[in-house]
Amino acid sequence: MAVATDDVFEEHDFESTADPIHRTRKTAMWIWLGSEVFFFGAMISTFLLYRNTTNDGPGAEIFNVPFTSASSFILLTSSLTMVLADSAFQRRDQRQGRIWLIGTVGLGLTFLAGQIFEFTEFVEQGLTLSTSPFGSAFYMLTGFHGAHVAAGVLMLSLLIAFSLRGRLSPDHGMNVELTALYWHFVDIVWIVIFTVVYLLQI
Amino acid sequence: MTLGYRLIRPSYGSYVQRPVANAGGRRRRSVSRTLSVVPATVLLAACSSTLPQSSLNPKSAEARQIDDLWILVLVLATIVFVVVEAALVFAIFRFRKRKNDDREPKQIHGNTTLEIVWSIIPALILVAVTVPTVRTVFDLRSPAEGDVVRVNVTGHQWWWEFEYPDIVDDQGRPLTTANELHLPVGRTTELTMTSADVIHSFWVPPLAGKRDLVPGHETFIKITPDADRAGEEIPGQCAEFCWLSHADMRLLVFLQTESDFAAWAAGETQPANIPTDGLAVSGFETFKAICALCHQAVVAEPDGTVTVVGEALAPDLTHFGSRSTLGARVESNTAEHLAQWIDNPSAVKPMAPDLNDLETGRILGMPDYGLDDEEIAELVALLEGWS
Amino acid sequence: MAVTTLTEDLGYTPNTDGVWSWLTTVDHKRIGIMYGVSALVFFIVGGLEALLIRIQLAGPNGTLLSADAYNQLFTMHGITMIFAAIMPVAAAFQNYMIPLQIGARDVAFPRLNAFSFWLFLFGVLMLMSSFFLGGSPDGAWTGYANLSTQVTEFVRMDYYAIGLQLLGVASIGSSANFIATIFTMRAPGMTMMRMPVFTWMSVVTSFLLILSMPVISVGLWQMFLDRNFGTVFYEAQASGDPLLWQHLFWVFGHPEVYVLVLPAMGIISETLPTFSRKPLFGYAFVVFSGIAIGFLGFGVWAHHMFTAGLSPVAEVGFGIVTMLIAVPTGVKIFNWIGTIWGGKLTLNTSMLFSIGFIAMFIIGGLSGVTHAVIPADTQQHDSYYVVAHFHYVLVGGSAFGFIAGVYYWLPKWTGKMLNETLGKWHFWLMFLGFNLTFGPMHILGLNGMPRRTYRYPEGLGWEFWNGMATIGSFIIGVSMLVFIWNVINTRRKGLPAGNDPWDARTVEWMTTSPPPIHNFDRVPVVRHLDELWHRKYGVDEEGRAVPLPDGYVEEPAFVEEAGGIHMPSPSYYPIIAAFGLVTAGAGLVFWSSGILGVGMLVIGAAIMLWGVVGWAAEPITREAH
Repeated sequence: MAVATDDVFEEHDFESTADPIHRTRKTAMWIWLGSEVFFFGAMISTFLLYRNTTNDGPGAEIFNVPFTSASSFILLTSSLTMVLADSAFQRRDQRQGRIWLIGTVGLGLTFLAGQIFEFTEFVEQGLTLSTSPFGSAFYMLTGFHGAHVAAGVLMLSLLIAFSLRGRLSPDHGMNVELTALYWHFVDIVWIVIFTVVYLLQI
Repeated sequence: MTLGYRLIRPSYGSYVQRPVANAGGRRRRSVSRTLSVVPATVLLAACSSTLPQSSLNPKSAEARQIDDLWILVLVLATIVFVVVEAALVFAIFRFRKRKNDDREPKQIHGNTTLEIVWSIIPALILVAVTVPTVRTVFDLRSPAEGDVVRVNVTGHQWWWEFEYPDIVDDQGRPLTTANELHLPVGRTTELTMTSADVIHSFWVPPLAGKRDLVPGHETFIKITPDADRAGEEIPGQCAEFCWLSHADMRLLVFLQTESDFAAWAAGETQPANIPTDGLAVSGFETFKAICALCHQAVVAEPDGTVTVVGEALAPDLTHFGSRSTLGARVESNTAEHLAQWIDNPSAVKPMAPDLNDLETGRILGMPDYGLDDEEIAELVALLEGWS
Repeated sequence: MAVTTLTEDLGYTPNTDGVWSWLTTVDHKRIGIMYGVSALVFFIVGGLEALLIRIQLAGPNGTLLSADAYNQLFTMHGITMIFAAIMPVAAAFQNYMIPLQIGARDVAFPRLNAFSFWLFLFGVLMLMSSFFLGGSPDGAWTGYANLSTQVTEFVRMDYYAIGLQLLGVASIGSSANFIATIFTMRAPGMTMMRMPVFTWMSVVTSFLLILSMPVISVGLWQMFLDRNFGTVFYEAQASGDPLLWQHLFWVFGHPEVYVLVLPAMGIISETLPTFSRKPLFGYAFVVFSGIAIGFLGFGVWAHHMFTAGLSPVAEVGFGIVTMLIAVPTGVKIFNWIGTIWGGKLTLNTSMLFSIGFIAMFIIGGLSGVTHAVIPADTQQHDSYYVVAHFHYVLVGGSAFGFIAGVYYWLPKWTGKMLNETLGKWHFWLMFLGFNLTFGPMHILGLNGMPRRTYRYPEGLGWEFWNGMATIGSFIIGVSMLVFIWNVINTRRKGLPAGNDPWDARTVEWMTTSPPPIHNFDRVPVVRHLDELWHRKYGVDEEGRAVPLPDGYVEEPAFVEEAGGIHMPSPSYYPIIAAFGLVTAGAGLVFWSSGILGVGMLVIGAAIMLWGVVGWAAEPITREAH
């Protein structure tokens, strides 16, 4: 048998005894993000299935790639400000951290505003939820991503509020590092979406 | 035991299996009758059956291919079952705690050789099953060959539309009928299937495995009924849940000799006559006013002019009188049953006509139009006369 | 072993009385009990639904139920049994047992754990309220599009779309929790390969849920949007494809089947060694075959679609992977037989159900292999043969396994032993009733009886076996009454269990029955698989177990705690957040009713936000030690 029950007791077996809440939470966040990968994966699959099913309505040609590239750049920049915020809090520099958090929120909101603008444009050009499976899949995929950005903005705002009340430390229910992990994930998902939805269609 | 009896009495519709001259004594027919031991019976029940809608009662080349494969996997599975369960039962009796035995068992943690052996043996058995499986799949899915009868099947909630595109009437309209499928024996029929509303599944177990009817898709199935099965009526039904009357979305397949089939097709491609005397005259007026909202009929004026009356949203009624069942085989086609149907269709089988939307073509059943007894009698006279 | 009570060192003294303490509890054991009780209640509800179905089908042309009522009942029977009975009973075992089995004091996220439970409970209650509010889902538990998106006049399938969505969130929450707990909170020395198999199988099922639930979630959203917002994902008239739903559903649905059965396999991998007085045969193979089953489970979904007209090449591919699953499944069965082989078997109720599991699972497994034979499956698919197959797997398998677990661990939970005489009545009645109910369904299906039909005509030869099945279902019902009576009776008359009534093998039996709130006064240091057994027995020259002398313990036997134990404080935020989320979900169900739907959505979202913010701001008592 590969695993004898009489294994010699070794020192390194003790490693698992360490129970830093930090490690536990990070494990859970990674697992959650793994789940999110499948969530977006299923929506991206749907989009790929329907990418050409436009029912003679508007299709990929209505995308304004330069505009969306710009808003993608904004979202990517927000990952940088998030990193800066995180490292500021690691240095226990609450003030600096707050500033970067506010910057991140601002960039996130800008991205969302861009998305709303884009949606309005597309609807005016005749692409709605009901036009075609292409329309349904496009709005669902980008819409759920937008909802994730919005949830991230909400989390960041809470962090700012906690920080102002001086209650932001790793021992509290929410911490910057986990939010950062989430935020970066949402950005990475956007890179995939941008590539699959906007760039591959050209 | 349920396996022993044969159906002799037409109890529900007229699909009933009539005693057939048992030419050539089909295999695995009457074995089950003689055994009464339950396990053996159960096993045999899984091998053979004389029941009319049974998959173990194959009557076509395709169904027999499937059945042969089933017998193979059943035999292998039974051997595995007996061996493994026997080992389990033996272990329970052999190793149960006995009185006066205070010794503890040997602490065995495992045995890698055994693990390898009992991984490889099942894998080998599976290979033995996989090879014929793959062959049969490609066989059954290969295009039909020879002089093929083509039928387009459309599933509707809750009835079947059959169209023979190669059999046309004088005006070039293909033969269209509902719920009763006629097939010549000894020849391959290819069914091309789709759905008008939700997913259905075409299942006539003695003739073929099931195949779904998916809106927006076309699916295919081949049936080559055995040459000695002419004259049999084989029941089938929808096998994919399609809401209220799923259980009542049945069909009946008539296996016919080439000449019977040709005669039937010739009759079906004739128009129905517009009645000139009797109750049916006013019945036709009601038909045009109400039934024609959904049903269609190809009719001939007394002067021979042929016209199409009505919309093709519900079963074609041109030859309604020639069908042996109504309502997708929920009742036998008698004047009494037809009157009940017209009077209150949802009492015969559950439907949701309140949700009908003629504009978009969504039909979920026939409404009760509140006709009085006289009007109903007139309609019955008309429809039963259209044979 | 010397036990010193450390209660005085607890950072906080828990109040364990009254309803409030249950509503705010974050103790994994109490949450486990609540999962278990809920699962039992819902199991009874699902069972009553099944009995109504069986009465309807006892003879031809049954008239007890209308087609409409029947469709709601069989749909809710499936949903109830899968999502409200079997999954939560698995969650009950996992909640209660995982921390005890790995020597932890609680799960990683006690409040998330409470949130998951309340979300599950409220979600199921919302689903069941549909019986009284607009009608229950009536599109089968598989909810196939485009039937499920067809009749938007009724909110029934909106209950389905939103209800399963909520239950999915609950499952993901508890799964992430279990994985984090198992990966990071094991007792010193408890390596992964020293973990009890039940905990291992919980790891596998948690991963399956984490990765499959989001896929069905997307499908459910698409269904909901099609129904309420005019999207055309499944609308064939607008070039949507109903088969997309089937793919998404079964990418979730097949792993889900293993979610239902793997924990039960884990349980009998605990009971068989204990009652055979031998270690589990081939521990590593049992563990890895479980992982293999989980892994392969993601590659077989299209075997549920062999009649849908996929390409023959795809069908063959999925057929072969499906057959492959039989190999690790067989490995498990052979290892279980290997475990009892040469053992010294105590055939008590728990053991009978465990052996019953093996015996019945062999049947369910073999009939599963026949589904992989694609042409044969085109005859079996959506017939009663399939109904027979999955009941052999889910009742003869899962349910038997969980019941074995109840007889095994209830003494740990309550400190009292279940009555063995009643237990044996329970087993034999259930074994008989089960086989009488579901055995004949194989024959019915092969003889052409489709599932999900509210009536069948005379003359097709289905009457006799349907009658038998109905009789059998009532015998199962009686056996469940015996079981419930046994459990209730135990509260008053059960004999005291002590810490280790079975002379068992794993560390949960080292603490008191029931365990204290902090689980272990002193957390054991683990040196072996089956640590407790190795503290009690050695082996002689022949390899037979021999008791170790009293007081023989390798040092250090326990972790020396510095600074006492800190347990998390109770919190009412989880229940508030869960209530808000379910209220918002109900708002979506009634979206088409205008102001009512929007109002509930907004109010629910506000309540949830309150819960979440309060939760986030609340200091955690628990600290790293």
